[in-house]
Amino acid sequence: MNFETVIGLEVHVELKTESKIFSPSPNHFGAEPNTNTSVIDLGYPGVLPVLNKNVVDFAIKASLALNMKINQHTKFDRKNYFYPDNPKAYQISQFDKPIGYDGWIEIEVPGTEGQEGYTKKIGITRLHMEEDAGKLTHGDGYSLVDFNRQGTPLVEIVSEPDIRTPAEAYAYLEKIKSIIQYTGVSDVRMEEGSLRCDANISIRPYGQEEFGTKTELKNLNSFNFVRRGLEHEEVRQAEVLMSGGVIEQETRRFDEKTGKTILMRVKEGTDDYRYFPEPDLVNLVIDDEWLERVRQSIPELPDARKKRYVEELGLTEYDASVLVVNKPISDFFDGMVNAGADVKLSANWLMGDVSAYLNAEQIEIGQTKLTAENLAGMVKLISDGTISSKIAKKVFTELVQNGGDANEIVKAKGLVQISDASVLVPIITKILDNNPQSIEDFKNGKDRAIGFLVGQIMKETKGQANPPMVNKILLEEINKR
Amino acid sequence: MAKLSKEEVKHVAHLARLAITDEEAEKFADQLGKITVFAEQLNELDTTNVEPTSHVLSIVNVMREDVAVKGLDRDVMMLNVKEQENGQVKVPPILED
Repeated sequence: MNFETVIGLEVHVELKTESKIFSPSPNHFGAEPNTNTSVIDLGYPGVLPVLNKNVVDFAIKASLALNMKINQHTKFDRKNYFYPDNPKAYQISQFDKPIGYDGWIEIEVPGTEGQEGYTKKIGITRLHMEEDAGKLTHGDGYSLVDFNRQGTPLVEIVSEPDIRTPAEAYAYLEKIKSIIQYTGVSDVRMEEGSLRCDANISIRPYGQEEFGTKTELKNLNSFNFVRRGLEHEEVRQAEVLMSGGVIEQETRRFDEKTGKTILMRVKEGTDDYRYFPEPDLVNLVIDDEWLERVRQSIPELPDARKKRYVEELGLTEYDASVLVVNKPISDFFDGMVNAGADVKLSANWLMGDVSAYLNAEQIEIGQTKLTAENLAGMVKLISDGTISSKIAKKVFTELVQNGGDANEIVKAKGLVQISDASVLVPIITKILDNNPQSIEDFKNGKDRAIGFLVGQIMKETKGQANPPMVNKILLEEINKR
Repeated sequence: MAKLSKEEVKHVAHLARLAITDEEAEKFADQLGKITVFAEQLNELDTTNVEPTSHVLSIVNVMREDVAVKGLDRDVMMLNVKEQENGQVKVPPILED
């Protein structure tokens, strides 16, 4: 039997505010354990939470960027549970009136062998504000708690069950991350936990209207793990059903080492959380003026930017999507184009050597010595023929590691391309004199001999000879013999 | 709804992390049942077209500016902690469920 997979994703995003959602403690990642807490975070008796205005701004901004409607009359609710990461024994969240609802994004699913890429609209059910809990580390026979994260503002973004494949789930996450990154409300760094994802997945026979029983996957610490966890889970569920079993509604943990999902617990119902309106916080009313002010602050988002790249700059759809995904890269590209660098060459360098370098070093572009201006300078030297693409790689290495001005590096290191025939002819003549056999071979129809000769010339000029010039002069000189 | 079952009482007690005996569960089932019956009288009121009340005060939008204040001194914070290790609070093992 063939099954259709149904996936819904819950994404938690930590907001990049100065202070926490209900207390004035600093909201900074990476501080010494338990140094960013207050009596409010620690749930001391008699303390009262006060809402951080900026959190509401950020939540509205994220909601609008995800094409959502805003609940202008909203409130907070109390979710009760006991766990050592939360000293209050309840989490302040939003239950029936999330600040954002009924949104959508368009995802781009890349093509694979045998299948073309496609775009698809994925609905977003809701976005709500809540506080994060402390961080637990498990030791041998005990656990340790760091309360720095307690009270960190979060938004939880819940998708509609519109996702049908693990690849679509991956594309959805990439798009959510990209859009949130553009709004500037979060760092969206999965490795620092500022973006986290849980996945709900069920399968049903093709054609069946109602959903199958879903399981929830946790511990998905990268987009790749989300994809792999889902790939494993859809197969596991099919095997259970095919062998006559039933799927239990349960929470499963993705194991990074084996790539399998492991049962954690049978899921508790929402009733057990005993949600009720948070009595310590008054209602929130967002008037039109407030909403409009936030709407005005939303910058150009990835879809609009992609359209601009294609329509105004003439990039291909593919190049444009690759560039806009990461905002720092896309901003950098805009900077290069503004500095007068060739559009296509700039795009190629960013998607090629720059990306390869960033991946290898595991850093972001802002952490290198590259600037839009200095890389644009290098690209301009390629465009006007001062340096070859091959020499540019040397200049690039210098720029990315030590910074500086491309023009000066080229001068200082004597990397200027040799295009002057009066310089090239004597070198080529010398190489030909030393390799009579290759000339013979070429005249007997062995084209490869040319490659060898060009190689020798490049070696002689330390790679600085202008390749088209070398080819032209070489053929002229051979034909003279 | 009349009386609550003993199992329901035990479930609620567990959610609140209260240890109760069988006899207590029996007794509370009876008492809590009476309380719910009492509260159910509210259902006799016609609340069509009445907005649900989530807060009794009429004030809205109590907020503060996003300004960070240095956190509690960790030594002060740890005064109320039974056991600690490397600046973290030590708690009984949380099993990976």
